[in-house]
Amino acid sequence: MSDYATIVGLEVHVQLATASKLFCGCSTKFGAEPNTQTCPVCIGLPGTLPVMNRSAFQLALKTAIALNCEIPVYTKWDRKQYYYPDLPKNYQISQYDLPMSQHGYLDISDPKGGFEAKRVRILRAHLEEDAGKSLHDEVAGKGDSLIDLNRTGTPLLEIVSEPDMRSPLEAKAFLNELKLLLTYIGVSDCNMQEGSLRVDANINLHIDAKEGRVATPIIEIKNMNSFRAVERALEYEAGRQWREWHETRRKLGDAPKQTRGWDDVAGVTRGQRSKEESSDYRYFPDPDLAPVTTSSKEVDAVRQSLGELPAALRGRLETDSGLSAYDADVLINQGRPVVAYFLDVAQASGDAKAAANWVTQDLLRTLKESNSTIESLPVTSGSLAELIRKVKSGEVPSTRAREVFQTMLEKRIDATAALQTLGIAAVDESELVALCQKLLAANP
Amino acid sequence: MSLFDLSASEHLVSLESGALSSVELTQSYLDRIRSVDERVNAFLSVDGDAALNLASEIDERRAMKQPVGRLAGLPIAVKDILCERGKTTTCASRMLASFRPPYDATVIGKLRQADGVLVGRTNMDEFAMGGSTENSAFKVTRNPWDLERSPGGSSGGSAAAVAAGMAPLAIGTDTGGSIRQPAGLCGVVGMKPTYGRVSRFGLVAFASSLDQIGPFGQSVEDAALLLESIAGHDPRDTTSLNVPVPAYSQSVNKPLANLRIGWVREHFGEGLDQEVESAVRSALEVYKSLGATLHEISLPHSKYAVATYYVIAPSEASSNLARYDGVHFGYRTDEKEMLAELAADRKRLETAGDKAGLAHLDSALVRMYRRTRAEGFGPEVKRRIMLGTYALSAGYYDAYYVKALKVRRLIRKDFDDAFGKVDLIAGPITPSPAFKIGQMSGDPLAMYLVDIYTVSANLAGIPGLCLPCGRSNGGLPIGLQLQAPALEEERLLRGARMFEQATDWRKERAKL
Amino acid sequence: MSLSRAEIEKVALLSRLRLTDDELATMTTELASIVGYVNSLGEVNTDGIEPMAHAIEVTNVFRADEVAPSLSRDDALSNAPHADGRGYLVPAVLGE
Ligand SMILES: [Mg+2]
Ligand SMILES: [Zn+2]
Repeated sequence: MSDYATIVGLEVHVQLATASKLFCGCSTKFGAEPNTQTCPVCIGLPGTLPVMNRSAFQLALKTAIALNCEIPVYTKWDRKQYYYPDLPKNYQISQYDLPMSQHGYLDISDPKGGFEAKRVRILRAHLEEDAGKSLHDEVAGKGDSLIDLNRTGTPLLEIVSEPDMRSPLEAKAFLNELKLLLTYIGVSDCNMQEGSLRVDANINLHIDAKEGRVATPIIEIKNMNSFRAVERALEYEAGRQWREWHETRRKLGDAPKQTRGWDDVAGVTRGQRSKEESSDYRYFPDPDLAPVTTSSKEVDAVRQSLGELPAALRGRLETDSGLSAYDADVLINQGRPVVAYFLDVAQASGDAKAAANWVTQDLLRTLKESNSTIESLPVTSGSLAELIRKVKSGEVPSTRAREVFQTMLEKRIDATAALQTLGIAAVDESELVALCQKLLAANP
Repeated sequence: MSLFDLSASEHLVSLESGALSSVELTQSYLDRIRSVDERVNAFLSVDGDAALNLASEIDERRAMKQPVGRLAGLPIAVKDILCERGKTTTCASRMLASFRPPYDATVIGKLRQADGVLVGRTNMDEFAMGGSTENSAFKVTRNPWDLERSPGGSSGGSAAAVAAGMAPLAIGTDTGGSIRQPAGLCGVVGMKPTYGRVSRFGLVAFASSLDQIGPFGQSVEDAALLLESIAGHDPRDTTSLNVPVPAYSQSVNKPLANLRIGWVREHFGEGLDQEVESAVRSALEVYKSLGATLHEISLPHSKYAVATYYVIAPSEASSNLARYDGVHFGYRTDEKEMLAELAADRKRLETAGDKAGLAHLDSALVRMYRRTRAEGFGPEVKRRIMLGTYALSAGYYDAYYVKALKVRRLIRKDFDDAFGKVDLIAGPITPSPAFKIGQMSGDPLAMYLVDIYTVSANLAGIPGLCLPCGRSNGGLPIGLQLQAPALEEERLLRGARMFEQATDWRKERAKL
Repeated sequence: MSLSRAEIEKVALLSRLRLTDDELATMTTELASIVGYVNSLGEVNTDGIEPMAHAIEVTNVFRADEVAPSLSRDDALSNAPHADGRGYLVPAVLGE
């Protein structure tokens, strides 16, 4: 039992799924040749002006509302100023004191019981522009960096949580639940490899020391490129801070906030040098952009359009369909189409538990092995339900049910047809009785 | 009387009647440029061949009775701060000495659409920062009325070009008076429209919430004609107003009945030159003789306008000019020298064992930025970047920037109240006539105070116009400023035209 | 209101400007006099006054999410002081 608590807050940047950039018409497609998706506006050429992409704002609004955020009537954009070659204007159009949304929350839980279900508060979510990329290794010879501005100006939603997570596991659960929500409402593909979802973590420890509870200096961890990496980095950093506390006794406030980078191969975080002036961003309202007002009517309209969110759906699977938290979680994580398929099967078969078993086991395995989608599956929800009913009625011996399912898959036929091909005849009980009597009579 | 003594509207009549061809007209202005600009230095570049080709193409279309634009065949000079595709757009800065935009500013596009003939690009204070055109990296423009004196600025090249008859029309930009003040000092007509009336797309930003593009001409009619051609909503500029543009050139000659003219108590206080005051007061009498009524009004916060302006404008400028860093476009310092210098610095600090010095030593990238900007910008631009960075930096933001934004609202409210009582506000444009070149360069603050009568209109976003209303004993032009409520350019132009027709000031031209 | 040389040096770094000792000296006195003048704003009572960041008050100006053609890479890089045909080149940004 440890004598300290791990305090974690997350800052997530999500690329919103628009066709064009936030302030210009350049494409946001990933993977193009360097500097083939730029224009005078996103290169920041003299004289150019930004004009905001409506769907970027709508997607941001949708997400904020799905995160239970308050949507202020009035929001504006500010310039965050720092010099970096992948930021051509040397300021990022972002939001400072009046973000488009704040004070939301996301509920997380662990079906494996790794932690108590809890509510993680969202401090704010704001809409800003992405920067380009600096490619260091790609240039041979004298340490030049190559700047690619294709990504410059891509719409980003920055989601900042309160420091409400108490373990790396909770942090990972938060990220999984967030990704699930974002993909359910279709605002982002959340592809971490392509950088459409990026995570920074803030962590420190609250330690029970003789002098009472003390907080260690807050560390921001960067360069984590998978949820697993976030979990590992936090585990490592908690241990490092624990050791550092015992060596230095440095408390929160004794040192300015430090940034450390995660080295996934070495499995360690390393200090990054930060210039003392780098924190003075000199935010001020961007005079080129008009503020945006949002009425409560618009907010309600967006809320209506959201559809059933993962949390609600999960609840319904547990209560209505009586699934275990674990099964419900497995299904939800498969995304809307699989959940819809399950609900159809459960409904048509009248046996949610059996439906869940089929879908979470045989069906998902099949999809995995053939790496195909539920839409392309030859077994419709109707015929799977039929199979379940036949097993229940004894028409299909449960020992042969899998065999029937396989046949339905391979021959792309329904349950009845599969029974015929397999020569599984339905056997009538009266015939059985008659048969027994004959045998008895023959062998007195 | 030679061609260049006539106004653009007068030229247009001869062009349309066929009495004059655009080629003849353009050629005569090019000749005039060749003969006088080596003394005036109004132009940074002149493209005579392109102008003549365009002129003849327009002549042909006219001869063939094909439709032509509102400015068809009229030579126009453009301040070197509007992006023109493929043409160097320097902002009179070493930083952009070889910058060629891959696109046209909206206003350039509108001038092309109107079949204006772009003859050349005019000198200015670097990035429009200044009031004398002395802060140009390339040349000092001189006042056609007295070559020892400044034409004012920052649009001094455009004002001087029109005053010297090198172009009938010119485009300038006005952030704190940069059209109206040089118009006044050069004895021509210059106008700053309502903020948002003319698209800023392609205008290299100085202070985005204050910058406006506007016309220069020999007459109010010309200003009306040119404004009508460049005004209008632009989807590429979020701050451009989506409202119809009146046909100014049609209405400009209609006088205003029972016009109420306000004169501002605070504008006739100390600091105002005697000659200027009497010229402006007699201008007010002219209006009286035209049936207007005069009303004393107060703009109580006007004495804070310059202070407010010199917080807001540099703050926005410090941000707008951050992009000039030698990475994506524009000037970059010599990298070999830069790296050698850095290595030498490091060696010096190491031998001195200066740990702190080493810790704070620039990285190669930061040194590249700092050398590039140190070499690419002139002193006034550096001063304003420093001032703005300071005003926005941690600890000073509320005391300076936010405070200035609040006073700005009070300044606008003063105008709202005033325009409840009067239709137009009339007054001086500068405290005194054209000053000697070099006279102000030693004292930035004194130079800033020249803007005392002009910056309020930019802060409030309202239109202002300057036209000649007198001569100093030394024979220098004296300007009258008129201001109107937002979007009332039509009223402003008609009111100015009344005065122009009742007086002869514009008929007298600079002798060169 | 006087500005220290150290303050001016910090502002120069924030501004990515490099000033010679002479420039620093003149800049210090010039900024001090301008800032001194600007301090007159302190006299104005602005209680309850909303800051005015825009000259005109328009809101909700958007464009449709439509892809427009980008510049060719050559055009995009045509003004770059140092490029290699694929991108802009700068001194290594590692550790920045
Ligand atoms: Mg961010
Ligand atoms: Zn673009």
